[in-house]
Amino acid sequence: MATVLCDSGTHEVPSGAGLVLSPADTERVTGWALKPEGMCRDELCVKLMPVMRQGERIDVAAFWRHLGNPVASDRAGATWVLGSGPDERQSALAGLVAPDFALPDLAGKVHRLSDYRGQKVFLTTWASW
Amino acid sequence: MWQDLQDCLFDAPFTVIAVAEEGRGAEQARPWIEQARPGYPCLIDSEHRVSALYGMVNVPQCVWIDEQGVIVRPPETAGSTDHFRKMDQATRTMAPEDVAARLAARTAYFQAVRDWVRTGKHALPADAARARLPVITGEMAQADALFRLGLHLRRLGQEDEAAECFAEASRLHPESWCIFRDAQVLEPSGFAGGAGFWERVNALGDKPFYKPPSF
Repeated sequence: MATVLCDSGTHEVPSGAGLVLSPADTERVTGWALKPEGMCRDELCVKLMPVMRQGERIDVAAFWRHLGNPVASDRAGATWVLGSGPDERQSALAGLVAPDFALPDLAGKVHRLSDYRGQKVFLTTWASW
Repeated sequence: MWQDLQDCLFDAPFTVIAVAEEGRGAEQARPWIEQARPGYPCLIDSEHRVSALYGMVNVPQCVWIDEQGVIVRPPETAGSTDHFRKMDQATRTMAPEDVAARLAARTAYFQAVRDWVRTGKHALPADAARARLPVITGEMAQADALFRLGLHLRRLGQEDEAAECFAEASRLHPESWCIFRDAQVLEPSGFAGGAGFWERVNALGDKPFYKPPSF
């Protein structure tokens, strides 16, 4: 199995040469579904170029790069990171709505930034290092 | 220091949310949090997700968010200053006047936060806030992906390959001290302040390590 890290979490997928997945695994990992018109998510569809297909399977790394998003993998192809591209991130910030996130505290309790709507929030980072 | 802010604004609809950018995970942050006993949420971000989302490049950086969830001040230095750059390297001590100046800058910044919470002062109009947003480039996005991969590989014990990921991430996003420092081999004290850190700080020349906030 290979591990894929992306915004939706960590996913285990069948390993092989590259990140080439079934349509079902592709949708599970990326949220993009294969339809007759191409790869679709919500109302948006993107044509799937022939170079992004291997038979019935989808070259997810190639598709992800085609969307303008970063891809990174280790040499063994055992771990993949599918990141968010600059345009998506910039437009999220430009709307000035604070990007939401969910993170645990020391006790493991998960807090979402959006849980604190209705209060002013001083969001600050720090580190031990 | 954030507890003081939380305490003096206890009666206001306000909270500090402190996010620990700790690629080595919660245990690295635990002693600090347990000592501080914070009365506000103190969260563990082992993949630097918040830095990536907001385009932050150092710690501590902060964002002011209003009651509607709108950013009214984009990422800026949260009360720290560059006075540390003048410290005696042998003793790691600062001159009293630098300590005083640093404290004064921090006090002024936290007063600004209190003014914002009480009166709305210092909140930027949308256009001004937008103008201060960091610009996210393709190189930065690729750097974040490589850094996340490096953190994962380091957790798996694949130190050499992780180091390659970190080096490439730092090359692509040289402004990120978060990437550079969390990738370092830590000193026994847990501080990423070895020779490589100081070389990089000194190479800044006239550029700030902590860019002062502008009011």
